[in-house]
Amino acid sequence: MSRITTALRTPMSRRLITSLATMAVVALMTGPSGSATQPTVGPSGSFGEHVSIFGLFPGPRWLLFFIFALVMWGIWSFWLRRGTTIRTAASTLTTPPKRAFAHRPVRWGFYVVLIFLGVIFPHLVTSQYWQSVMVEQIAVFVLLALGLNVVVGFAGLLDLGFVAFYAIGAYATAWVTGSLPTPAPFGIHLNPFFAIPVAIALVMIAGVLLGTPTLRLRGDYLAIVTLGFGEIITIFANNLYGITGGSYGSGGVTGKHGIPHFSINLGPIHYRWTLNPVPYYYLILVFVVIFIVAFSLLEHSRVGRAWTAIREDEVAAESVGINPLKYKVMAFAIGAASAGFAGVVTAAQTIFIFPATFTLQVSINILALVIFGGMGSIAGVAVGAMVIQTGSMYLLHTPPAGYQPADLYMYLGALLMVTMIFRPMGLIPSRRRRREIVLTESGEGHMNEVLSGENP
Amino acid sequence: MGAFAHYLTSHFSTLRLEFWGLLVGGVANGLIYGMVAVGYTLVYGVLRLINFAHSEIVMTGGFTSYFVLRGVIGTSIPNGWATVWILVVGMVAGGVSGAVMAMLVERVAYRPLRRRRAPQLAYLISAIGASYFLFNLAGKEFGRVLLSVPQPYINHPIFSIFGAPVQLYYMVIVIASAAMLILADQFVGRTRLGRGLRAVAQDSETASLLGVDVNRTIALTFALGGALGGIGGFLLGLGTGVVYTMGFVPALKAFTAAVLGGIGNLRGAMIGGVLLGVVESLSIAFVQPAYIDVVAFGILVLVLLVRPTGILGERLGRAA
Repeated sequence: MSRITTALRTPMSRRLITSLATMAVVALMTGPSGSATQPTVGPSGSFGEHVSIFGLFPGPRWLLFFIFALVMWGIWSFWLRRGTTIRTAASTLTTPPKRAFAHRPVRWGFYVVLIFLGVIFPHLVTSQYWQSVMVEQIAVFVLLALGLNVVVGFAGLLDLGFVAFYAIGAYATAWVTGSLPTPAPFGIHLNPFFAIPVAIALVMIAGVLLGTPTLRLRGDYLAIVTLGFGEIITIFANNLYGITGGSYGSGGVTGKHGIPHFSINLGPIHYRWTLNPVPYYYLILVFVVIFIVAFSLLEHSRVGRAWTAIREDEVAAESVGINPLKYKVMAFAIGAASAGFAGVVTAAQTIFIFPATFTLQVSINILALVIFGGMGSIAGVAVGAMVIQTGSMYLLHTPPAGYQPADLYMYLGALLMVTMIFRPMGLIPSRRRRREIVLTESGEGHMNEVLSGENP
Repeated sequence: MGAFAHYLTSHFSTLRLEFWGLLVGGVANGLIYGMVAVGYTLVYGVLRLINFAHSEIVMTGGFTSYFVLRGVIGTSIPNGWATVWILVVGMVAGGVSGAVMAMLVERVAYRPLRRRRAPQLAYLISAIGASYFLFNLAGKEFGRVLLSVPQPYINHPIFSIFGAPVQLYYMVIVIASAAMLILADQFVGRTRLGRGLRAVAQDSETASLLGVDVNRTIALTFALGGALGGIGGFLLGLGTGVVYTMGFVPALKAFTAAVLGGIGNLRGAMIGGVLLGVVESLSIAFVQPAYIDVVAFGILVLVLLVRPTGILGERLGRAA
């Protein structure tokens, strides 16, 4: 008996067990779904279903995944060398952070090419589905991720109720355009363009109101309180039938009229946005560029440095005269602004809004974009948002066998966990953040005391 | 003014009429919250972290006991000793599966980060990821519909307190959770392993110097909290059925209970749980059912703002 347990404890067999377990989980994740009447159909089908292995010969799925596990074990044991983490850490510590495209003309040229690509992009996408997805699911989520990045990435505060700001932006738009069951303020029905400043002002106020009391709390408490805030907003949106239309959406029970599209009436220029997604794409593109420029200026400003200081060591930051609460509230309000704008666009574009659009799952989705892209890295967050949202929309459009739309969050959850375990700095790391993570993990910084058991 | 006064009088009269019934239900719910809260409080005491994945441990306990009960209970509803026996089997199934799942979560989502000394944000995100992964996986495998658990008894009122009937289900909750909470308290307070746990909570470095295996103690902490959470899941499932999202709201309330009682404090978790259950239950007289969860969140925010250390006080470094 003891011989067996010793044999199981060798690195080789440990890796084998981990490989087998990982592949078993992957087999479960990618397998057919179970049903309520026979819940065991799912797990047994996930392993037992017959598939064609590489189109060559038919066999049960478990055999396929068993082979995968052996391959994984082989690569892990004989190919990957240990000790790379230490070397990476050492090199990150010794080399100063470098900037991609250090040469200024090259950098500007790169930006111009990017914007050009952004402008011609909708003309390369011909599919109706992808054109609307591009706006509703990709561009809007880039905006949301940029906003959450200010809170999570720059200031290091975990906000699990970010969707609340998105919802407030959308409902504010519906309100000032007179499309909610409750009358518009002063009876004036505004064009959504004028809803933008109103909505952004409202979400920033909401950010300050929520932030001022709660941002004194420790990080983990803050996460739970913001989660509660997000839930409360959804509960109210769902139940205040007289004000928000409840679960019937902004139209209410009667479904009176939708939220108007954007329109411009400036002297001789008259233009009205329609259901066509392309004009909306350009509208969002302009705002994405504005938000990216503003947030990156902010990142390197006095405020951005204050956020970094608070994130790295709050006590030290306070001792050099930074008021942590003030800057944290600022991060909350500024991050909320882009979510508020995303809400305005969503409201105007989708005509009717429903509480079901603003659930906790959306918050987690946005968080996954930020984490996967790289906390604190604007480029990373934007790219991460595009990659994940494109992937999830692809899965929705052409689902592989056994995939259900609701499975998306299973994959996003796994992605969050895997990113944190293997690449906490994300896809395109922010230079500062990478250094910070490496420093903390090699024993510098304040978090060690917290985790090694001394009182913080 | 008159309308408000009318609102108060009418609702207080509802409260007066329903008081004992609501109280009984509240205490029973609160004991479940307390049991789940123990998981939060123990992990917090040892790691200074909120285990966001605890809700999925409750769910695991619920589903496992559902399957076991489905296997054990035949076509007829059992009675007498068979009922007791089946309840014990259900509790064991829930507890063991909860403990195993908690240890797995610790192993996969926390230990790699701990080894690297990752910043605190990383733990929270990793745990949220684990939670989302687990409950959606359960939804995929077992269907996304509420499954009603086969009942091991006929749920009838067995006696009444001031005219309010106390159902058998509530008695089961009270007996099971009281027994489990006392056991957990004694385990942490009196046994050798419990002493190790307290030592690690106080100062993990010194504890490891004195021969306590820190990793094993952390695993034990998760297992203990997970066992109670799993049994909580079994009891919840017995009353309302099991579904993949069943853990979320009770776990959030359990967290509130843990904070209310003073996080890191085992007895505080129980008191907080019962208190929250009762307040929430009595608030039914005043607000629509849809807003009950708002009441719980409101209590959480209020406690965090007014007295973040809870009723009995935070016991950092003195888990239990």
